[in-house]
Amino acid sequence: MKINKLLIANRGEIAVRIIRAAQELGIRTVQVYSSADCDSLPVQLADESIEIGPPQAIKSYLNADSILAAAAKTGADAIHPGYGFLAENPDFADAVEAAGMIFVGPSGDTIRRMGDKASARETAKAAGVATVPGSAGSLDKPDEAVSLAEEIGFPLMIKASAGGGGRGIRIVSSIEEFVHQAPQASAEARSAFGDGGIYLEKVIEQARHIEVQILGDGKRAIHCFERECSLQRRRQKVWEEAPASTISQKTRDELCTAAVKLAVAVGYRGAGTVEFLYEIPTGKFYFIEMNTRIQVEHPVTEQITGIDLLREMILISAGKPLSLEQDDVVVRGHAIEVRLNAEDPANGFIPFPGTLGNITLPGGPGIRFDTMIYPGYCIPPFYDSLLGKLVIWDEDRTSAMRRLRRALDELTIEGVKTTAPLFRALCRNKDVQASAYDTRWLERWLSTNAASQIV
Amino acid sequence: MGKTVIEANVPGVFYRRPSPDEPPYKSEGDTVEQGDIVGLIEVMKNYIELRSEVSGTVIKYLVEHEDPVNPGQAIVEIET
Repeated sequence: MKINKLLIANRGEIAVRIIRAAQELGIRTVQVYSSADCDSLPVQLADESIEIGPPQAIKSYLNADSILAAAAKTGADAIHPGYGFLAENPDFADAVEAAGMIFVGPSGDTIRRMGDKASARETAKAAGVATVPGSAGSLDKPDEAVSLAEEIGFPLMIKASAGGGGRGIRIVSSIEEFVHQAPQASAEARSAFGDGGIYLEKVIEQARHIEVQILGDGKRAIHCFERECSLQRRRQKVWEEAPASTISQKTRDELCTAAVKLAVAVGYRGAGTVEFLYEIPTGKFYFIEMNTRIQVEHPVTEQITGIDLLREMILISAGKPLSLEQDDVVVRGHAIEVRLNAEDPANGFIPFPGTLGNITLPGGPGIRFDTMIYPGYCIPPFYDSLLGKLVIWDEDRTSAMRRLRRALDELTIEGVKTTAPLFRALCRNKDVQASAYDTRWLERWLSTNAASQIV
Repeated sequence: MGKTVIEANVPGVFYRRPSPDEPPYKSEGDTVEQGDIVGLIEVMKNYIELRSEVSGTVIKYLVEHEDPVNPGQAIVEIET
């Protein structure tokens, strides 16, 4: 199989990133776009572009039929889904293959298996990877759950089997509370989701979010070490690093080995991420989910390993075996990524679409800026607020933090509010400097310090 | 009797319903109290509530459910 023409079924900075990888491989590119994105940078950079619908994502970037028609019309032989939109839609992956094209990612079956929370958890367990303590499957009778709840310990979450995205979750901290709430949770789940099934999961307090980058070719899989992504707001990562500077080499080895085991168990093909919660007081880690796509924060891994993950995933999808052995993957230095969003961090992070004025991007050694912005670009209101990723590399974390401060001081983006002031404030913070935070640290800090320190 | 137009406060996609399987916030002929929600505007994956600044009766919606809207665009006419 050879890819001659790659269609990019995405937009924004990741579309730019994919186009660059394809161009370096000598692959022609087709950029699809909604009518709101006709002036976008990926449209300008791609060899060809084709409109797929109106601004609303549901009618354009989420419209599989329209994208498949665009691929047929332009003669594309492969589709890269990026992240978000259709990237983890197994039916789309199947449809691309059924149309005789290559889907740059794992098979529809793998996406299906790892996308369903319960089946991903079972797959991880079967592969010998620790999962958050909880009930094995759905518990249809709350009474039967009592002994199990005692076994798991408190606090624990009662989750609706058919829920998702944070819906249908209750946290209880004692057996009395559990006995009281479980029947309610089940009744609520029945009326909200048409399914009264509930399951239980231990609440991991004081945890870090650590994830492992993996690459697989369907037969073999390797890891590209881990990323630390605990600085989050509303479950959205805002700052990511690689490697995780606070875990021991032993823990690192265990995490990475577990991730590879899981990738091998599912015959993983492409780039993927295995996410773990790392419990700070005990040093235990638990599988939470697997993302079967390239992730926003992939550049920090690229910066410390020198591997071009986009290039690798395109080559693998074209049928090439993994070009690397595990021993070829070596960490050098430390990388930090901050997500510059068009939001006002001094005002509740309200979205800030608009037209950009002058832009000054930081430069010098160890600095990478992945973005789709240019002076005069109008950031549309229809999609996410990410406008660029500032990625810093340096010999060690302390130097990388200093370089990040310097880079943020050089950066100006006129015309809209951005999250840059948040990162300037975080760079000054002692806890951040010491990497002493858990997944709830940022929200706690914001609730007390945002007004005075984000200027 | 006067007529007041409620305008979009942010750019984005306008929704008349809180979710696809729920009824619209308001329909033509409905009574509106000051502060009532008359629609949602999705801007960068955030949902901003559009509220009526007046009390009265809905005359008509000037944009369709799921239409793109710009700030200042007239969304709903209310008879006061």
